[in-house]
Amino acid sequence: MATQSSRSAARLMMAPAVILLLGWMLVPLVMTLLFSFKKYLPLRGGDLGWVGFENYVRFVTSSAFWPSVSATLIIVGGVLIITVGLGVLLAILLNQPMWGQGIVRILVISPFFVMPTVSALVWKNMFMDPVNGLFAHIWKFFGAAPIEWLSQASMQSIILIVSWQWLPFATLILLTAIQSLDREQLEAAEMDGAAPLQRFGYVTLPHLGRAITVVVLIQTIFLLGIFAEIFVTTQGSFGTRTLTYLIYQRVLESQNVGLGSAGGVYAIILANIIAIFLMRMVGKNLDQ
Amino acid sequence: MARAVTSRRKIINTAAAWTVGLLIFFPILWTILTSFKTEATAIADPPVFIGFDWTLENYATVLERSDYARFLWNSIIIAGGSTILGILVAVPAAWSMAFVPSKRTKDILLWMLSTKMLPAVGVLYPIYLIFIKLGLLDSRTGLVIVLMLMNLPIIVWMLYTYFREIPGEILEAARMDGASLKEEILYVLTPMAVPGIASTLLLNFILAWNEAFWTLNLTAAKAAPLTAFIASYSSPEGLFYAKLSAASTMAIVPILILGWFSQKQLVSGLTFGAVK
Repeated sequence: MATQSSRSAARLMMAPAVILLLGWMLVPLVMTLLFSFKKYLPLRGGDLGWVGFENYVRFVTSSAFWPSVSATLIIVGGVLIITVGLGVLLAILLNQPMWGQGIVRILVISPFFVMPTVSALVWKNMFMDPVNGLFAHIWKFFGAAPIEWLSQASMQSIILIVSWQWLPFATLILLTAIQSLDREQLEAAEMDGAAPLQRFGYVTLPHLGRAITVVVLIQTIFLLGIFAEIFVTTQGSFGTRTLTYLIYQRVLESQNVGLGSAGGVYAIILANIIAIFLMRMVGKNLDQ
Repeated sequence: MARAVTSRRKIINTAAAWTVGLLIFFPILWTILTSFKTEATAIADPPVFIGFDWTLENYATVLERSDYARFLWNSIIIAGGSTILGILVAVPAAWSMAFVPSKRTKDILLWMLSTKMLPAVGVLYPIYLIFIKLGLLDSRTGLVIVLMLMNLPIIVWMLYTYFREIPGEILEAARMDGASLKEEILYVLTPMAVPGIASTLLLNFILAWNEAFWTLNLTAAKAAPLTAFIASYSSPEGLFYAKLSAASTMAIVPILILGWFSQKQLVSGLTFGAVK
């Protein structure tokens, strides 16, 4: 059907997008790779020559590295457990017959549209502030001493803020998946005498498996890169310095570009391992 | 009998869902309510919910000080510019992928998506350096380019899925009638693709509006959009809850409303079609 001329026209039409993305990917990537093998201190002498793998070794052996890895894993893991767990429950709830379903849906997905700096600041000041925050009022109402959330429970606070932002995403995708579940299959299970919990475990959950995997993969990639939520709340103190934030500090705050770039290469490798799984799933879907 | 049971279940479902929904929405509601309070009422102990004297003074103060209009304008230019530019680049690419697919189409599409997975912090310094060299640091042009490139994979992807649903027979019929490639795109394809292009535009405008890594790191005073404006409240101005709330409300409410309209396209757009 496609003629030779329409094929070359198609190639020409694809060219701008492909070339732009290729440049966007390759140029900074190659620069980061080059910097990572150099001693490069823009404010203290500039480019001081090649140092081999020294930056890679120093980044991993620095005292800040392992805490940042564990902070990253705890935040990503915590947010995933909360958003997927609550997301499944919420999706099931929202799929039941009720009045005002459309409005509830709107209420639930709204946090996703709030810009990260706003949600971080609103939570930090109006909810978690130990003097005037709403949580402090509630704690006082029950006679408890208010908690200094962002210093005493810094990780839990960040996980709470980020979970609030991502719960809508998980819920919406899982709800879409549930709605494609065959009603007849559930009814058949009910006829066969399967209890609600059995129906959930043997019919609904397996059906959601694919959607849950997609949610986990996509969220992981974005959660590895969370920045604004930490930037406006703790600035990486109180044990909330994630890998992303550590690299940011090395590169822009202490202007040690070589070291930060080596960290960047680690982050890229990490994200790619996850991306491969995601791409496989998307690719399979493309074949259908 | 069975009817009574289902309607009782419906009442319970409704109550549970509305409770959860309002709980999740509460921080937004609380921000909007606080924006209409005086600073003293905003930190009152115990907190006041609706029984206060509503005032617009916070909005007036925020609009007066700090060139709010400039931040807003920057946000509109950056989000709008990057989205429109992205669509101009993506429409031809998505068109050719959907209607003249080759063996490599799938690989190119997946590769494009994979560039979206590149962690921004990994390429922060190179971009920073390139921006300094080209004089793009703290410029709207620079951010338009970066956000366009960042969202291009999603734009191409969304358009591709919409275009693929347009039946090829219609295009063939147009071709039989002697339509040229240009006419085919302009008069046959575009009208059918308008809804898809519109929802792509909407979702990517929202994503660009809320982007908070590049906008915080590549701007200073001149080109800073609302994300950076709000971040400037982190201390010590954040202690002025009512003003913080007014500024936040103005930054999120327009996008919230746009978001409600785009919720149908959200799932396929954000999961790259992996969940339908």
